[in-house]
Amino acid sequence: MIIEAQGLARTFTTRKRTVEAVRGVDLTVRAGEIVGFLGPNGAGKTTTLRMLTTLLRPTAGTAMVAGSDLLRDPVGVRRRIGYVPQAIGVTAGGTDPNCLVSEELAIQGRVYRLSAAQAAERAAVLTDQLELTGLEDRLCKTLSGGQRRRLDIALGLVHSPLVVFLDEPTTGLDPQSRSNLWDHIRGLRERLGTTVFLTTHYLEEADALCDRVLVIDHGKIIAEGVPDELKRQISGDVVTLSVSADPARAQAILSDYPGVREIAAEGRAIRMTVEHGEEALPGMLRALDADGITMESIQLARPTLDDVFLTLTGRSLRDDSPAARAEAGQLAGAGRD
Amino acid sequence: MTATATTVTAPDQLAGERYPAGALTFFSDTLLIFRRQLRLSLRNPAWVIIGLIQPILYLAFFGPLLARIATAGALGVPPDNPYSFFVPGLLIQLGLFGAAFVGFSIVADWRAGVIERFRVTPVSRMALLAGRVLRDVLTLTVQAVVLVLAGLAFGLRAPLAGVLIGLCFVAVVAVSLASVSYAVGLLLKSEDALAPLLNMVMVPLMLLSGIMLPMTLGPQWLQDAAKVTPFGYIITAMRDVFAGSYFNRAVAEGIAVSVGLAVVCVWLASRAFVKENA
Repeated sequence: MIIEAQGLARTFTTRKRTVEAVRGVDLTVRAGEIVGFLGPNGAGKTTTLRMLTTLLRPTAGTAMVAGSDLLRDPVGVRRRIGYVPQAIGVTAGGTDPNCLVSEELAIQGRVYRLSAAQAAERAAVLTDQLELTGLEDRLCKTLSGGQRRRLDIALGLVHSPLVVFLDEPTTGLDPQSRSNLWDHIRGLRERLGTTVFLTTHYLEEADALCDRVLVIDHGKIIAEGVPDELKRQISGDVVTLSVSADPARAQAILSDYPGVREIAAEGRAIRMTVEHGEEALPGMLRALDADGITMESIQLARPTLDDVFLTLTGRSLRDDSPAARAEAGQLAGAGRD
Repeated sequence: MTATATTVTAPDQLAGERYPAGALTFFSDTLLIFRRQLRLSLRNPAWVIIGLIQPILYLAFFGPLLARIATAGALGVPPDNPYSFFVPGLLIQLGLFGAAFVGFSIVADWRAGVIERFRVTPVSRMALLAGRVLRDVLTLTVQAVVLVLAGLAFGLRAPLAGVLIGLCFVAVVAVSLASVSYAVGLLLKSEDALAPLLNMVMVPLMLLSGIMLPMTLGPQWLQDAAKVTPFGYIITAMRDVFAGSYFNRAVAEGIAVSVGLAVVCVWLASRAFVKENA
């Protein structure tokens, strides 16, 4: 296990009240995994990340990160992890607007105790890998959002860390830059076997990128698993069949089919929730066919992680109600005190 | 997993071998941060020049007034050398305001995420402070030299040794104030809070230090108030060394106060920088 945390908790005391931002998080991450930490704003994602990266001392709990104890040997942890802070909200991604790209890469190598030559070599490799070629002599403030984010990530990788922590790596980027960055993150693991621990509130991102997802809400992990598994566990697939005639009989046949839940007919369309939909579908079609029912169309919709989240918490991950925002803002602010 | 694990331990071991012991790390890290900050200053030298404008203006527009008063003998310096009274005061004013406001830059750094980025690396957290303070000391010393040269042009006469000792006082004051300013900036994380706080603290300290006129002109209660603030002692000592008097009680007090202040300030500031969750 490259990350192993038990009972991590963090309480912030503000003037008026005590906020339990994280209330006892247990998590394990295997070497080489890409793990997504999913939750709405203010759920405790960033606070947990800041504890795991030695930026914040937990009020309770322990963790081993990359072979070192978080509390007893924080410097050992720092040597072997990379961290890319979030680039939205109160703080930006970690580059000085008035520094040259090449300067930022060089000093980052030096603070990880690489020699000047080693730092230059790593800078050259990362410039190439993260498509920053030609930008070396530009001031950071002149970079586009996507370029700047790639630089942030390059800075987190200068010392070839065992684990890299990415806090909301693609928030604020356009879809193209986002999928480009996903390729880079996948490439990290493929090339170097780097473990990636990222927070996101984008479901597509967790879906596209992560081997495993941890869902956090109100400072506690409420579910974890492979994205597909999570979706299946919680909601099953939505299958919609449209038959040429006699939908009532089709419904009767299908409702007895194993794994089918919540079946309903609407006109000639039959809509049902099916566990392991893609595996059940051929058999279901054969059963209808044997009974002489012909089908006009078939649709299989996989539930999204948003459905998962909704089922788990009773609210959408995209919840943007004023109350949710206020709570999120308060917690985020406290997290940085 | 085993195959990938072997490929990633190599660079880590490589880096691990290069980890020297504590003190050495601190000095090399300080040098790294110092050079980075210096390069940033040189990229925008306008601020260094703007910082000099105020004391030069005082020298040009206020100095001649003092020269008149000096003729009356009120300054406690030879009437023909009023600038040996005035220039040390301006040097401390430069130090007070130049160094006390560096905290603004750390708020900007924090907002850019630069502080967090470095705090996650094995870099010495004290070096993040020391490298910056060293840059400020260098900037202020250069400004102070320019100010002394300008003073000479206006008619300052002072022994070289006295001027050099005076510059040392400025450097030590800069260490104290810059450290505290960075620490307070890092704790407040807001320019809006930092500006009024600094003004509230710095203006009375400046007024009670006797930069413009000797405190001995004031009533007893004002002199007593000045005695509990540090900068009066330092300015008195600087005026003595500018006048060529090195071994006396005032100079000894000035050294003790400036060094003592620096020790306390650096200690407080280092606590803010080393703190686990700042």
